Amino acid sequence: RYNGEIGDIVVGRITEVQQKRWKVETNSRLDSVLLLSSINLPGGELRRKSVEDELAMRDYLQEGDLISAEVQSVFSDGAVSLHTRSLKYGKLAQGVLVQVSPSLVKRQKTHFHDLPCGASVILGNNGFIWIYPTPEQKDDEAGGYTANLEPVPLSDREVISRLRNCIMALVTHKMMLFDSSILYCYEASLPHQIKDILKPEVTEEIVLEARQRLLDSEG
Amino acid sequence: MASVVLSEAEKLYIVHGVQEDLRVDGRGCEDYRCAEVETDVVSNTSGSARVKLVETDILVGIKAEMGTPKLEKPDEGYLEFFVDCSSNSPELEGRGGEELGTDIANTLYRVFSCENSVDLKSLCINPKEHCWVLYVDVLLLECGGNIFDAISIAVKAALFNTRIPKVRVLEDDEGTKEIELSDDPYDCIRLSVDEVPCIVTLSKIGYRHVVDATLQEEACSLASLLISVTSKGAITSMKKVGKGSLDPESIFEMMETGQRVGKSLHIALQKILDEEESLGTSRPKVGFLG
Repeated sequence: RYNGEIGDIVVGRITEVQQKRWKVETNSRLDSVLLLSSINLPGGELRRKSVEDELAMRDYLQEGDLISAEVQSVFSDGAVSLHTRSLKYGKLAQGVLVQVSPSLVKRQKTHFHDLPCGASVILGNNGFIWIYPTPEQKDDEAGGYTANLEPVPLSDREVISRLRNCIMALVTHKMMLFDSSILYCYEASLPHQIKDILKPEVTEEIVLEARQRLLDSEG
Repeated sequence: MASVVLSEAEKLYIVHGVQEDLRVDGRGCEDYRCAEVETDVVSNTSGSARVKLVETDILVGIKAEMGTPKLEKPDEGYLEFFVDCSSNSPELEGRGGEELGTDIANTLYRVFSCENSVDLKSLCINPKEHCWVLYVDVLLLECGGNIFDAISIAVKAALFNTRIPKVRVLEDDEGTKEIELSDDPYDCIRLSVDEVPCIVTLSKIGYRHVVDATLQEEACSLASLLISVTSKGAITSMKKVGKGSLDPESIFEMMETGQRVGKSLHIALQKILDEEESLGTSRPKVGFLG
């Protein structure tokens, strides 16, 4: 189970829309809370939220939506309060979610990585990992609410599927997840077909190679 | 059935991926996940099997007991199916799990209703008086999508593993019949599973259909077709589930895919079962603690 700390990046799924706040599932003991006053409005406007905003909450975030957010504070009972008050957080568009144990995600300076293989990954501290196609240009005006609904090209899909299988392989062997380990595992898996990565023999081979490269790069 | 909530964008990603024959985990539309099959895991049953399809975990135990044959079929034994889903998730405990359990049991009855699936005549001891009843207990340990396929594979493996003791019928002087169980524990009859069908679930996602859907893919599919296929490719029963509708043309396509996939599934399963059999008693049993 995930225990929230201030400043952690999490990826969560909206479970409920309540008055002036959303309940977010983050694999912790209690559902996390995202207050209406803690979000960025579409278009990036900064104003006090009015009654109309309260009624229009469902237009911004619905049940089932995925968001990336930062932990603002922790309540006394352990429930976590989130905020998305920066343009890099917000609703997530097309991509793949992988759920792992929170203890396998290494604490780093940044959890948003644009991997050189052609996809981007968000390593949530709560164990939710989001893999998505790298957006071509940084859309600053959108503020993270307009979802790009165009079909993702096949080449990007292959990269994303391969990354997903590599992360599952690392998780089965209880290795820490951070950008280097995922990247080394990805490169070690290139000779194999994407669907073969999850076979036990292939998984072991790939993880062994990735582990060796990590040791070499450290030592 | 336990289902997963997905955002609209995630569903769109999955649907587009299926159109291009590249699913989220890199499989094509007709590929199965890595399956682990193990037989003889429960010691006090006549036959048992455990099937693990990554996240879906099924345990089947078969107990052979003596009973009276049904009135309309006096010279045959029969099978009884019981399905238990309560260990899966809190929402499936009690009443919720019962509904899913009866649904699965009814599907299994339908699949095995075909005359040739299991040689029921070999289960007869005394016509009209005694016969073997095979009680098949299915335990749903974990639900990770595609439970019907996993259950049918587990039932076939467990039937292959079932050992029914040989009995002799002795007639007394007064005419009363006595049944004598053979003393040798290895003296038993085995069932032929050549005609036992396996269920192939085809879920319709977008314009195409996929085999062995994960929970996320099931959330994107509105309608599915359950086809039970024998090893020779004959379809024994068909069932449509889901609230969406299916076009008759797509049903034909799905049937063809089901036959193809079913045949290769049978070949792969028979290979694993034969390999396990050849290792005999010396094979390392992983069971539940491995």
